[in-house]
Amino acid sequence: MRTLTYREALREGLDEELARDSNVVIMGEEVAQYNGAYKVTQGLWEKWGDKRIVDTPISEAGFIGMGIGASMLGVRPVMELMFWSFHSVAFDQLVNNAACVRYMSGGLCNCPIVVRGPANGGTNVGATHSHIPEGLFAAFPGLKVCSPATPADAKGLIKAAIRDNDPVYFMENTLLYGMTGEVPDPAEGDFVIPLGKAEVKREGTDISLIAHGRSVIHCLEAAETLQNDHGISAEVLDLRSIRPLDVDAILATVAKTHRVVLVDESKPFGGVSAMVSHLIQEHAFDELDGPIKRVCTIDAPAIYSPHVENDQLPNPKRIVEKVLSMI
Amino acid sequence: MSALDFASSQINHSLTAEKKIELYSLMVRIRRFEQVALANYQKPGRMGGFLHLYIGQESVAVGTLSLRGENDHNITAYRCHAHALASGMNMNECMAELYGKATGCSKGKGGSMHFFAPDKNYWGGHGIVAGQTPLGLGLAYGVKYLGKEGCCLCFLGDGAVNQGAFHESLNIASLFGIPVIYVIENNGYSMGTSQKRSSAYTGCLAQRAEAYDIEWDVIDGSDIYEVRAKTHIAMERARKQHKPTVLEIETYRYYGHSVADANAQKYRTPEEIENYKKNHDPLAVFRRRLTEEGILNDALADEIGKAANAEAAEAVKFAEDSPPPSIADIATDVYWETDNNTEASKIGHHFFA
Repeated sequence: MRTLTYREALREGLDEELARDSNVVIMGEEVAQYNGAYKVTQGLWEKWGDKRIVDTPISEAGFIGMGIGASMLGVRPVMELMFWSFHSVAFDQLVNNAACVRYMSGGLCNCPIVVRGPANGGTNVGATHSHIPEGLFAAFPGLKVCSPATPADAKGLIKAAIRDNDPVYFMENTLLYGMTGEVPDPAEGDFVIPLGKAEVKREGTDISLIAHGRSVIHCLEAAETLQNDHGISAEVLDLRSIRPLDVDAILATVAKTHRVVLVDESKPFGGVSAMVSHLIQEHAFDELDGPIKRVCTIDAPAIYSPHVENDQLPNPKRIVEKVLSMI
Repeated sequence: MSALDFASSQINHSLTAEKKIELYSLMVRIRRFEQVALANYQKPGRMGGFLHLYIGQESVAVGTLSLRGENDHNITAYRCHAHALASGMNMNECMAELYGKATGCSKGKGGSMHFFAPDKNYWGGHGIVAGQTPLGLGLAYGVKYLGKEGCCLCFLGDGAVNQGAFHESLNIASLFGIPVIYVIENNGYSMGTSQKRSSAYTGCLAQRAEAYDIEWDVIDGSDIYEVRAKTHIAMERARKQHKPTVLEIETYRYYGHSVADANAQKYRTPEEIENYKKNHDPLAVFRRRLTEEGILNDALADEIGKAANAEAAEAVKFAEDSPPPSIADIATDVYWETDNNTEASKIGHHFFA
């Protein structure tokens, strides 16, 4: 099978949806003439022109609110946040308007928008640029959140997100943009991965590592070490989508291995892994052979220092240590 | 009356007597609706939350929205009852929403600040000050994107002009050539703080538009002819040239910011309120004007008032007789996909206990 980078896969997904539906419009800072701050949208402006690929000023509340308003009329804006960390300056639009307008109108409105961009630490840009808000936004009913870990998932999920008739907040990772992976050829058919479907990325029998986003990649590396150096067979479940959430897949892996480590780039208080932990104890308590453990980002604002930032985040070493402490 | 007589402007000159009576009746209906809503709000156990009354400002919503065409949209903040009725919504669905009933326009899920009727191009009813201003921009963007000749009237209060979202919207409106008209309904007070104590400006609030290279104008809100004449110019500019406008309409509210505004009689003098009621009340001004024009007489005005009262009373009855939402209704209208039971909605859990 052919391989693409994560950014190429995203771009191919965007391009295919631009071709499929003339109401899809890409908006954001530097997405058009600059070809994208991370080159995800490279070449799209040249191909699709000013109407479909729109450079916006640095004005997140303005252009995201504009996209939400336009979506109520049937336009389908895909809006890039240069960093998901910048959600804070558009929070009223992202939460009060996008998440609540359908409800407050008794179902008369809907907002088929996608807001996408990187949400990760690990690039030495300090606390303001390293927020990881998957859990934050998944906590608002009315919103959907997903976080792909591989190029194939990035393409399949962005296409599903664009076709979805609710607001989808799509969290990428700057450290994954250059990663390569197999992605089905468009000639083989329309490749869409539905929201709400997790995937077992590695089969195992002794312990389940449950993660999303780049943490999945760390889990796969840790699982390899655990197998080779310690004879421990770890299963890796990639949530892919945070809300809707594939609860059945979570319970299935727990029932298989009976031990769980949740790996989550969020901070420990609240967040995705806290919710997953709750679901497991409520619905699979009797399946557990021990307490659920987590590897999260160390509980402080993101540190700048390149010497230690990697140690603040989940990484293969921390995951291996956590697993060995349990078995 | 204004120094200029806007009755003779083309958009008003073309009004038939029947249409003028219709405008007057709509203003009366809006006032009666709110007076009756207030009376019932004050009876315990009928309504909850806020009730931001529009009384005193009726000419603004009625005058501007009387100019709507098929592709013109409107959106406003939380003082939204008048815009709803002026967009063609009926009193029953609005009163039932205030009562939190399932027959309300938003099924009892929105309340006083969140009336909606997308089928009438009315997009709410928004609770956060200036939060609707980027949405209005987006509706107008949508009109242009979809290739329609139309515009969006986006209403905001004088207290909203200092919010960042409004300034971001003005910048993008001008930069992108968006057919939006921002209508500042200036009733002089952002809750309990007067304009002078809340806004820095030269001349007037609308003049800030100059900084964004946007046309602006100031309108005497007590004269519905002036409201229509000047708003028409802005709407034509939007529809034909894709250019935004900021309009500042001077008006006044008789009541507090909301019924929860305990100090409504303290930050304004009784003389100030009385002066407005006596000399600038938009209903009284228009009634006098129509009487002078020989279109309206006391008997007809009486009839219009009585009909509006009866309609409001009927709406109260409708609201009181309507069922409330059920507990099961709480978790509907959250996601389009689950409401429509689509294939996508069956994959994964959307709701959590």
